Amino acid sequence: MSIFPFVVVAWVCAVGLYGIITSRHLVHQIVCLIVVQSSTYILLLGVGYKTGAVAPYFYDIPLNTPAVDPVVQALALTDVVVEAAVTALLLAFAVQAHKRFGTLDPEELRQFQG
Amino acid sequence: MDSLLPLAVAVPLVAAAGISALNPLFGHRRRVLDAVAILTAAAVTGLLVVIMLSTADGQRVYWFAGFTPSHGVALGIDFAVDQLNSGLATLTATLVTAALVFSWRYFERVSTYYHALMLVFLAGMVGFCLTGDIFNLFVFFELMGVAAYALTAYRPEERGPLQGALNFAITNSVGAYLSLSGIGLIYGRTGALNMAQIGQAITGHRPDGLVVVAFVLILMGLLTKASIVPFHFWLADAHAVAPTPVCVLFSGVMVELGLYGIARVYWSMFGAGLGHRDAITAVLLALGIATAVVGALFCFRQRHLKRLLAFSTINHAGLFLIGIALLTPLGLTGAAVYVIGHGLIKAALFLSVGIVLHRLGSVNETFLHGRGRGLPVTGVVFVLAALALADLPPFALYLGAGWIGQSGDARELHWITAVIMTTSVLVGAAVLRVAGGVFYGLGDPPSEDPQMAEEASEETSETDEAKSRTPLSMIVPPAVLVAAALAVGLLPQLGDLVQDGAVRFQDQAAYNATVLVGAHIAHPTALLGPEDTSVTTTDVVTGVGTAVASLVLALMALYWRRLPVLRRGFEPGAGLVRPIRRFQSGVVNDYVTWMVVGLACIGGALAFAIR
Repeated sequence: MSIFPFVVVAWVCAVGLYGIITSRHLVHQIVCLIVVQSSTYILLLGVGYKTGAVAPYFYDIPLNTPAVDPVVQALALTDVVVEAAVTALLLAFAVQAHKRFGTLDPEELRQFQG
Repeated sequence: MDSLLPLAVAVPLVAAAGISALNPLFGHRRRVLDAVAILTAAAVTGLLVVIMLSTADGQRVYWFAGFTPSHGVALGIDFAVDQLNSGLATLTATLVTAALVFSWRYFERVSTYYHALMLVFLAGMVGFCLTGDIFNLFVFFELMGVAAYALTAYRPEERGPLQGALNFAITNSVGAYLSLSGIGLIYGRTGALNMAQIGQAITGHRPDGLVVVAFVLILMGLLTKASIVPFHFWLADAHAVAPTPVCVLFSGVMVELGLYGIARVYWSMFGAGLGHRDAITAVLLALGIATAVVGALFCFRQRHLKRLLAFSTINHAGLFLIGIALLTPLGLTGAAVYVIGHGLIKAALFLSVGIVLHRLGSVNETFLHGRGRGLPVTGVVFVLAALALADLPPFALYLGAGWIGQSGDARELHWITAVIMTTSVLVGAAVLRVAGGVFYGLGDPPSEDPQMAEEASEETSETDEAKSRTPLSMIVPPAVLVAAALAVGLLPQLGDLVQDGAVRFQDQAAYNATVLVGAHIAHPTALLGPEDTSVTTTDVVTGVGTAVASLVLALMALYWRRLPVLRRGFEPGAGLVRPIRRFQSGVVNDYVTWMVVGLACIGGALAFAIR
């Protein structure tokens, strides 16, 4: 297994965090959060990947054929479900903010400080 | 017996689904919804008490769908229940019940989603306590997270709730994704997701870089949930705006669940593999002290009652982390008892603030000065709870503080008692100042802080308008919770019982054997050995001293304008306002920046020390 997927993971995660930190627009910020999460998909799939292995369906292939790890794929799928819930909720908040206050800037939405 | 375990999560989930599905039928009959929710929460509490009592003679393990381990290899997902995590789950269910009873008359109008979300929140928290699988832990972490974000923005028509919910959701999600990366890495190393299996796989090898990185990453989400400095910023924003019954759960148990997660991950997975280095104690102690100090200072300067209590929770989270960081059974015992006492008392305080908001329509200490005179019963409950928070014996909190201090002494860390006392005095004084000023009109009315007045004035639409009397269903829960904290403090043999649980919690070999081969371990042994849990005179004197000092400081805060040394017109700490505002800036961008800084510092420190 090469180190390359993990370099990509670190890069995607860092890019997403940089976006969250610098963003002045809620929708953009939420998309950056999705980018951070995307790094976990790559990580999970990278962990279970085997060069030259097949997809883990043992229907018409011999049982000892090398296959990629199906557990991490299940984890990634669960991860996608979690992301869908969180993202939908966050975007609903953004819609509310825009409807009520006409702004999507986190700083203009601020009520509490200190 | 063991088949009861999944019911504690399944029952509230099914009830929540049922409430949502039957919404067209019962949506307008609010009392039906209230009653179903309260009965469900009470049933879960009863179930968890039965489960907790059944763990007295050993750990209970339940494997979903009958996937028991074969030849010591775990294939399925398990619930592994011992005294400590079942006790924490029981506390959770108790507080949810109290919060739902309080809600009976608290909300004018309430939508179905409130009850369904509260029950999902309960299921997520109980599942988080009981699970023995690290990925399952992440799923329950997210489940309770999503319910909590939605509950925070219960009133999305205002600015504050949106700010609080967004800050809460984004910081906690970033933490959760970092944790998930750690879980992926440790799975890549060990090929397991069961905590016992992972622990067994990494024990006995020299810890390599990958294990350390996975440990640090998994800690990130838990530290964020536990509101440990510098991951704590979201907490005050979320607490200030969530409906008061929800704040009870945030402060009383959700933050503590983050700390439980840290202890669980450490003692079931990484502890033996990392070799219980002193460096781990040092890093966690440093975080705990920073959290305790920051929480106490911010608490003392607050005038917004809910934010004041939120910062007090940050202070206590730091103290709990100190107890865990000592790695001794007595330290963990102290933290556990402290969590129970704090959960009950903080819940009572939040509910009292809810009554104040219900009756007087404000949570601004300046505005409320002297206006709470018409609330005699609430006043008494609040004062008792405030004194308990300042470690007054015989409320349970002084025992926790005392045992953490004793355990620190045994590890030659004598200054821990001093840290606990000083920060507790500040927090106790802040809450007692509120009690004296609001309910008895003591001292001079505090000068108006325009920023805080503006913040607190938006806090009115939770209840429609000020009411003329307090319903019984609102005053009984806080009174009962204060009485419960008193009863726990007076329980004979409490220390020995909890320390038995702590020893079992810290015996990683016994945990592995019970989960993976179904062994029954009658006499677990902890790394550092149990200590004496008798209540010493020092504990009582320290507790009384803290409470008296808090009272004195509270009176000084109320009457400081009349002190001869201070001139009129002098505002203490006026020069600090700007830096404080810049630190706790209220913008999520800054919070995530601090999280990255925290990740780099903790990761660097641990990598350097464990290498």
